Amino acid sequence: METADLIFKIVFVLGVFGVSLVIAMYSTYAERKVAAFFQDRIGPNRAGPFGLLQPLADGVKMFMKEEIIPTHADKALFILGPSIAMLTACMTSVVIPWGSSLIINGKEFVMQITDVNIGILYVFGVVSIGVYGIMIGGWASNNKFSLLGALRASSQMISYELAMGMSIIALVMMTGTLSIREIVESQPGAHWNVFVQPLGFLLFLICAFAETNRTPFDLPECETELVGGYHTEYSSMKLGFYLFAEYINMFISSAIIVCLYFGGYNFPFLNSLGLSHNATAILGTVLMFGKIFFFIFFFMWVRWTIPRFRYDQLMRLGWKILIPLAVLNIVITAVVLLFKYDLWNTSIN
Amino acid sequence: MSKIAFFVLAFLSIFSAMMVVFSRKPVHSVLSLIFCFFTIAGHYILLNAQFLAAVHVIVYAGAIMVLFLFVIMLLNLNAESEPHKTSAGKIAAVVSGGLLLLVLVSVLKSTDGLHLSSAPDSQVGMVKNLGMVLYDKYMLPFEVSALLFLTAMIGATMIGKKELD
Repeated sequence: METADLIFKIVFVLGVFGVSLVIAMYSTYAERKVAAFFQDRIGPNRAGPFGLLQPLADGVKMFMKEEIIPTHADKALFILGPSIAMLTACMTSVVIPWGSSLIINGKEFVMQITDVNIGILYVFGVVSIGVYGIMIGGWASNNKFSLLGALRASSQMISYELAMGMSIIALVMMTGTLSIREIVESQPGAHWNVFVQPLGFLLFLICAFAETNRTPFDLPECETELVGGYHTEYSSMKLGFYLFAEYINMFISSAIIVCLYFGGYNFPFLNSLGLSHNATAILGTVLMFGKIFFFIFFFMWVRWTIPRFRYDQLMRLGWKILIPLAVLNIVITAVVLLFKYDLWNTSIN
Repeated sequence: MSKIAFFVLAFLSIFSAMMVVFSRKPVHSVLSLIFCFFTIAGHYILLNAQFLAAVHVIVYAGAIMVLFLFVIMLLNLNAESEPHKTSAGKIAAVVSGGLLLLVLVSVLKSTDGLHLSSAPDSQVGMVKNLGMVLYDKYMLPFEVSALLFLTAMIGATMIGKKELD
């Protein structure tokens, strides 16, 4: 690898890392403001103008709190749990294409950390490891509420991973690739996958809610039944890691939804504006972030609108409704692809 | 570069495999096994089998080991509640383990050396090539194993189903 490439990659990696942390930080602020709006309150408004410094104040508070490790806890695993949660939350952003490419001094730099040709499978691999953070943390706390929360989390995540994987299969059958960049590039302009895979998108969205443990699927930390769920015993920054990982996951799943179903950095008429290559790429990235922010807002909107499921309802939805629908979606996609292959091909190109 | 990566990975996989056996706590054993699977996925990547590596992580580390951990966490095993094994059992374990070692060594002896191509084709493990091979050259075995999975699924459902009367 050349020096210019290497420098660009290092800067880009640090940039993506920083941006996802800052967005996760301000998602906590946004969540409180959105909640306040939904409940006809004002929300945080003391720290800085409009309460904009609230996330910093929260961060300082988290660091300053007393660090408690229960005496009967498995100390090593107690620390490992939140670390895994944070690690897996940050790992997925590697394969997401954040923009097309920039041309600097006549050299093309792709705005993606690495374009693995099995990008989606990589995402699934990381997601499937994510459950260990909660399981290990919940078990190591040596507390029955934590253990129950951990068990709920793991059974929920395994169940919804299946439906999620199957909703993706239909998409992969259509686009014929597992690379996220190629999927994004197969939906130029307004030919977004959501219009040809509406059912797949709906399934994926529901499963994304379940995988990030957001309401209505936040049973692992159901405070009315389990005190605090898997993080009952956690305090200080370890608790902060768990909470923060949830916001990073929300950001990353929004980014993946946008890439898979909403054209990523594509936007109608973007290429006919007559802008230079770099300006188009940057505008595409800005628009992509706009779409991502919409989905982050959507996550919050649902959280403050819908009550949580009961556990048996959650399992019934996952196994008896979502998985059969996902199979149906695969079959329909296969039939359509078989009979209308040529027509389909011209319509997406 | 890849040689260094190989030795680091090989060391880690053997070390974690030993930790599975030697660690005192069952949960630590399971976690070592999960780590061992990750290092094996790393070996697959070194052999240019990215698809296999991803599927290995998703299936083994992501699904099967979660169930393992699930069961062991619920059993809540620890040193005090562990039943003491009789010395007859220990001797039987040593003998059967020794026999397994004997079989493995004799099998290794009978092979006339491992012929590894040092640089496998970089495209060999790509999804496209794998699919071509599976659905073309090995169509029948592939379909038969799919049938086997279906049978296993139906069997598991039948066993898990409550008796209706």
